[in-house]
Amino acid sequence: MRLIFLISLCLAGTAFAQTSQQEQRARDIGAQLRCVVCQNQSIEESDAQLAQDMRRVVREELATGASDAEVIERIRESYGDYVLLKPPVQSNTYVLWFFPAILVLLSLGWFLFRRRRETEPLAVETLSQSDETLLKSLMDDKS
Amino acid sequence: MSLRGLIPLGAFIMLLGALAFGLTRDPRILPSELIEKPFPEFALENLKGDAVLDTSILKDQVSLVNVFGSWCVACTVEHPQLMVLRDVPDLQLIGIDWRDTRDAANRWLVRNGNPYDLVVFDPKSKLIVELGVTGAPETFIVDKAGKIRYKHVGIITPEDWDDTLRPLVESLQ
Repeated sequence: MRLIFLISLCLAGTAFAQTSQQEQRARDIGAQLRCVVCQNQSIEESDAQLAQDMRRVVREELATGASDAEVIERIRESYGDYVLLKPPVQSNTYVLWFFPAILVLLSLGWFLFRRRRETEPLAVETLSQSDETLLKSLMDDKS
Repeated sequence: MSLRGLIPLGAFIMLLGALAFGLTRDPRILPSELIEKPFPEFALENLKGDAVLDTSILKDQVSLVNVFGSWCVACTVEHPQLMVLRDVPDLQLIGIDWRDTRDAANRWLVRNGNPYDLVVFDPKSKLIVELGVTGAPETFIVDKAGKIRYKHVGIITPEDWDDTLRPLVESLQ
């Protein structure tokens, strides 16, 4: 039993080592592409048949000598921006990318504005002559 | 009463409105990237396996390109409508047989009738992925210049044909 385990471990090791550089590139590309029928998985993670098809297309494209960016661009031409798991920064995604930062800045500004108003020192009032004598008499009574 | 207290409530209602609008949209229907673009280049065998078809089949006539497969249940539902479209003059029906075997597809077309003028055999999803197809059935309307003008996701119902597809096809003639 232990022997079988060791042998299978060795086999797994060689299989891992045999992952070619191209296969590694294909997996990296696949991890960036959405499986369009399963919404929230990359094509590398998904078992959907369409994901399998797309994985094969990625490998075929790489085999023709295309660069990573070219392969992604080809898939994007067919399936649109939606296929990219990381949305590109472009005019229709500015709100998506920059709104959170703007929101943080606005709330920070609001917070600072409010705090400054609250910590403004109260105007110092001087006591009138009659109050002064009243206070003095009270203090004297106590002692 | 100060209206400032209503600001959070107003923001909440706006958020609610945006989310409610989001619910009315079907996330499975993707906008097609290929509208107004030329049909992707391809070279695939026909279903018989005796000829290689390419984009030249789309030249000079309006085509309805329909993605189907013998495994596709919804295609069986759609099929009677395609059989009706076979008789529409000046409209070429092209089938793309997706992820299928020749035997199964031929049997399916014998059993249900063959509405297609040409059937492109795509067992390895080559053209399918180029077209950005996510499921069958899916239909493209291609004009005489070989440009994709419309994409219909799902079954073509008689209403879809009468209301959307037929006016488009007639305008392209």
